[in-house]
Amino acid sequence: MSDTSKTVQPDPGSEHQNTVAPSDDPTAAPVTVVDPRLLIRDEGLKGYVTEFKRKVKGGELGSLPVVIGLIVIWTIFQLQNDRFLSADNLSNISYYMSATGMLAIGLVFVLLLGEIDLSVGSVSGLASTVFAVFVVTHGMNGWLALFLAVLTGIGIGALQGWFFARIGVPAFVVTLAGFLGWNGLMLWLLGTSGTINIPADQGPIKLLGQSSFFMDQAIIGAYLLAALGVLSMLVGSFGEQRRRKAAGVPFRPTSEILLRVGALAVASFAAAAVLNNASGVSNALVIFLAALVIVDFVLRRTTYGRKVFAVGGGIEAARRAGINVPMVRITVFAISGGFAAIGGMFFAGQTASATLNAGGGNTLMLAIAAAVIGGTSLFGGRGTVWSALLGMLVIQSIQTGLDLLNMNTSIQYMITGAVLLGAVVIDSVSRKSQKAAGRA
Amino acid sequence: MVHVSATPVLALRGVSKRFGAVQALTDVELEVHPGEVVALVGDNGAGKSTLVKTIAGVHPIDEGVIEWEGKPVSINRPHDAQGLGVATVYQDLALCDNLDVVGNLYLGRELLHRGVIDEVSMEKNARELLSTLSIRIPSVRIPIASLSGGQRQVVAIARALIGDPKVVILDEPTAALGVEQTAQVLDLVERLRERNLGVILISHNMADVKAVADTVHVLRLGKNNGSFPVKTTSHEEIIAAITGATDNAVTRRAGRRDAEAAK
Ligand SMILES: Nc1ncnc2c1ncn2[C@@H]1O[C@H](COP(=O)(O)OP(=O)(O)O)[C@@H](O)[C@H]1O
Ligand SMILES: [Mg+2]
Repeated sequence: MSDTSKTVQPDPGSEHQNTVAPSDDPTAAPVTVVDPRLLIRDEGLKGYVTEFKRKVKGGELGSLPVVIGLIVIWTIFQLQNDRFLSADNLSNISYYMSATGMLAIGLVFVLLLGEIDLSVGSVSGLASTVFAVFVVTHGMNGWLALFLAVLTGIGIGALQGWFFARIGVPAFVVTLAGFLGWNGLMLWLLGTSGTINIPADQGPIKLLGQSSFFMDQAIIGAYLLAALGVLSMLVGSFGEQRRRKAAGVPFRPTSEILLRVGALAVASFAAAAVLNNASGVSNALVIFLAALVIVDFVLRRTTYGRKVFAVGGGIEAARRAGINVPMVRITVFAISGGFAAIGGMFFAGQTASATLNAGGGNTLMLAIAAAVIGGTSLFGGRGTVWSALLGMLVIQSIQTGLDLLNMNTSIQYMITGAVLLGAVVIDSVSRKSQKAAGRA
Repeated sequence: MVHVSATPVLALRGVSKRFGAVQALTDVELEVHPGEVVALVGDNGAGKSTLVKTIAGVHPIDEGVIEWEGKPVSINRPHDAQGLGVATVYQDLALCDNLDVVGNLYLGRELLHRGVIDEVSMEKNARELLSTLSIRIPSVRIPIASLSGGQRQVVAIARALIGDPKVVILDEPTAALGVEQTAQVLDLVERLRERNLGVILISHNMADVKAVADTVHVLRLGKNNGSFPVKTTSHEEIIAAITGATDNAVTRRAGRRDAEAAK
């Protein structure tokens, strides 16, 4: 949220006066008195290192555990099997992570409230079945069926949120009931056949299939996407810098903007090159990324997002600020249910079917682990939706790697459990040291 | 007493509030005029916090009437109180630890630019407001969690001023503060009075009350136990009303005056 906390106070002598009032006004001075240990960062590399050390000490690990985790995981799997870092396998990772990633996006909302939604796996399975029943059994238009399936997820989420917010049942119990109940409903809908195959040559299932690519696999598509991302960040950052300068408040220095945009450019063009070396950017990934951008905007730039953070940071404070806490809670669970249903459509797209084990097994654990590994706290109030992307990169790398090594489900489950535990431990420890540093 | 207009901006008439078996407020009367600082004093558990929470819409009243500028109003939610122009700074600080100073100042009434939160304007205004109040904090962009208790109190008071209120309620604003910050808060209270706001100040500190209040209003066991002009009332008389050393401090005072007159 507070990305501006890293801004540099302009030099008082420079042309960009940071004091708003005229300099002969003595009352203007106090606000610009800044504790150097807290905020000011010297421009240049040294400043980064100093601030980095301070943050790690204060328990603000950010995306550090993810990056380290990813390097470790990729190294281990590459040593075991040299196909792991091949373009085809990385392309697989990017495709398969989008489905569980959708569930993780919804979970980020719930985690920001300091709550949990254990039903997302079951809801995703149910949504894919609802879709299949409408399309295959009733011959409904695919897009209408998708709309109804997502609506089902939103309705389920809102219902669970209502039990939590209005009746006062703990969220983990309501959603645990949902975990079982919605799975039961899905099994009942699938009936004796157990599997409903969905035609893969039309509608949403075609769009979400593994052989469906952005701009029909055209090489330029991937680079267009990368350029679009880099360009919007560049324009956005300089636009913000200009507005901040004009208003006389601290702004991010140009060198830092260029450094950040440069980092994004390297990452996104490298990813584009790798995916082009395989078959292109899957539509599932494009939709996942678009969802991330939209949700990030909602969380950081709208009053609704601010309400979510406020409720997660202090229910009483939020209530006294006039925020309708039950409304925020119900809508957050509805959003979680909606994203679970969308994720279910992605699962259906992977197999072109609705099956008995859709959304079952370790789906739920993976989605939770992804959100937490990515840096969203289980304790509420801290996190960004990008944790869904970073966490899914880790989680899907492990999944795909284990598949590549033909590991048994038993081993996969144990490893998933261990990874989730590890993520939660990191979260708890970092919260502890943040408390010690007076930051939680 | 300073100049006081005829119609109180806020008046409570026979207000009662019950929590289960606890009768927190019984038949309480209170008047606040524009440009008047009313100190609300009383022992722990006397019902001071409960009284301000009923005005702020946190606890709706059970019986009685709340009048705003002479007209009866119903305050059932914090939103109602805010809408009228009541701003409250609670004893238990109502700030979100995870949000930064700007986010907390504007929580629930963010400035928007084309439907999107206008961080730049909010930050600019926040810096200006804190400047005019001579408030010192490291930055307006650090989470509240990293501020000291005194700094949080000052942010909480600044927050109350953002919505341009007519009545400001301060629940023990100086309880956690050092000498210098207490003086700052009291200065701030005087500035509020100069702006013709009505101020309700809850305090245990008689020195604070004597320093800034115009009227002192005593609550005892949830009931009115006297209302005194600060200038002409002694420390001891107020303490007596708080502790209930006599059942009716007003009578005692009146009696003493009679005796003096008789001499
Ligand atoms: N939310 C509540 N639920 C139940 N009882 C309460 C509540 N708030 C206050 N009380 C009770 O009301 C009485 C007055 O409390 P309070 O207004 O906090 O007193 P003061 O602020 O004067 O110390 C006390 O007996 C307290 O226990
Ligand atoms: Mg109290």
